[in-house]
Amino acid sequence: MKGKVIKYEQDNIDTDVILPGPYLKLHEHAELAEHAMEGMDPDFHSKVKEANIIVTGKNFGCGSSREHAPIALSASGIEAVLALSFARIFYRNSVDGAYLLPIEIDEKTYSAISEKDELEIDTNTNVIKNITKNQTYSMKPFPDLIGKIIEAGGLFKYKP
Amino acid sequence: MNITEKILARGAGKDMLEPGDVIFANVDKIMLHDVSGPGVIKTFEKLEKDGVVKVDKLFDPSMVWVAEDHFVPSVDKISAENIVQLSKFTKKFGITKHFKYGLGQYGICHTLSHEEGLVSPGELYIGGDSHTNTTGALGAFACGLGHTDVAYVLLNGNLWFKVPETLYFKINGKLPEHVMAKDLILKIIGDITTEGGAGYAMQFGGNGISDMSVESRLTLTNMTTEAGAKNGIIEPDQKVFDYLSERGVTEYDAVYDDDDAQYKKTYEYDVTELEPLVAKPFSPQNVSVVQETTGIELDKSYIGSCTGAKYEDLEAVAKILKGKKVKIRTEILPAAISIYKKATENGLIQIFIDAGAVVGPPTCGACCGAHMGVLAKDEVCVSTTNRNFPGRMGHVESKTYLTSPLVAAASAVTGKLTDPRDL
Repeated sequence: MKGKVIKYEQDNIDTDVILPGPYLKLHEHAELAEHAMEGMDPDFHSKVKEANIIVTGKNFGCGSSREHAPIALSASGIEAVLALSFARIFYRNSVDGAYLLPIEIDEKTYSAISEKDELEIDTNTNVIKNITKNQTYSMKPFPDLIGKIIEAGGLFKYKP
Repeated sequence: MNITEKILARGAGKDMLEPGDVIFANVDKIMLHDVSGPGVIKTFEKLEKDGVVKVDKLFDPSMVWVAEDHFVPSVDKISAENIVQLSKFTKKFGITKHFKYGLGQYGICHTLSHEEGLVSPGELYIGGDSHTNTTGALGAFACGLGHTDVAYVLLNGNLWFKVPETLYFKINGKLPEHVMAKDLILKIIGDITTEGGAGYAMQFGGNGISDMSVESRLTLTNMTTEAGAKNGIIEPDQKVFDYLSERGVTEYDAVYDDDDAQYKKTYEYDVTELEPLVAKPFSPQNVSVVQETTGIELDKSYIGSCTGAKYEDLEAVAKILKGKKVKIRTEILPAAISIYKKATENGLIQIFIDAGAVVGPPTCGACCGAHMGVLAKDEVCVSTTNRNFPGRMGHVESKTYLTSPLVAAASAVTGKLTDPRDL
């Protein structure tokens, strides 16, 4: 996959800001998209028109188990989140529901990537190409089962 | 193996497991509520439409129970419709344990899990809510998941798990009278941070735990979620067996650590000198001693949620409010009808009303910013709940201070953040 970056230089972005609690009653994906990142970034909707990758710090998606969070991001057009680490339920939800790719990166890669950089991500070779800066980085490979679930298109399509 | 590894090994049908192993394990109990339930319904609809699976029956409806808690009483037409959908779903699939708002016992899902004895020691329990960890205090592997995973377990009875490493918290000594389990878990989260437990099992033991009531232990495991833990767990003992026996549950297969159980790391806490603590905005890890934070002006005291509105929590509040008047708006929402009833029978509700507080129906309510007392811009709240991220309880520019029920009650009386010893 290929696309431009929205960068949030902070740790512990929680599901309450990714998709605030009052909207948990909503279940239509398009409706959830309207409220994505409402708790922290009023400009998210204009940014996401030109970008499809979020780059951020540690423990992304911590807090509640709401699957609404990866759904809202995915339905807004986000295809991958590159983070120093993920909260476990957000990671599971992203993979098992096949909403977006949760990709772990190291500190060096995190620092090197800037807002609006254009990236090309190859999950077969685990290489991230920064087209804007003419750099390449490595991503942490998906664990075996995770890779298989992603390849199958989500947990329900995966045959153990 | 330790208790977490042994329960997962049993679920996976294996003699031996190690941290890091990825397994498919059979699940014993499944919980859904009025947020994750409609999510599951939507997931099933989509999978059927796409021809991925046919959903004509569940793996075993008797494993499943359903709570109505986040948006009851119904907030608007959408949340009312979600409850209707949930009722159709449980009827269609023969789920008989559906705790309905306004129809006998109901309450917050995690509170029902122990109040109703729905989960037993040694069981592998998953729920569509992050605070499912709570029920690990009964000696179960209890873990929160999103609704796709819950839907998968509903159909297949099993799910993949990565066996976690365990952080062991050895608690020594008896909590002082003005200190509660909430203070201890805030202390731990302040020390290890909100990512310090990420992906781990957090296990509690030691004579400080033996000394603690089951309800206090539930407060500890509840907030392992705020440290990022996969599960919180405590080996069951006679107190747990008695607690369950009072609820008619006597048959189970309890699991304990082996003598050579391994932990990734052991932390020791002497709690005899522990002081009342507060997690300041905007993170549960932003912990200070209340004594160093006194004087912060408050608009409201909120006593509710799966963390801070169990019977024992209400007793602590009543101890403070008896014969006093509250100075700020004080909202008390018992976590289940059974707790509300016991509080009524024992005169607690009378104390609350005499003090000037309002008592609301059990609901997640304002804890997750859904309804029933959300905060306005710049409002400041002391709360017995579990999270204080921006916007968690209302406006993104409101502020929530997380404390024990004793501190929340003492602060209600003075209108400022207050150590109960200073009343």
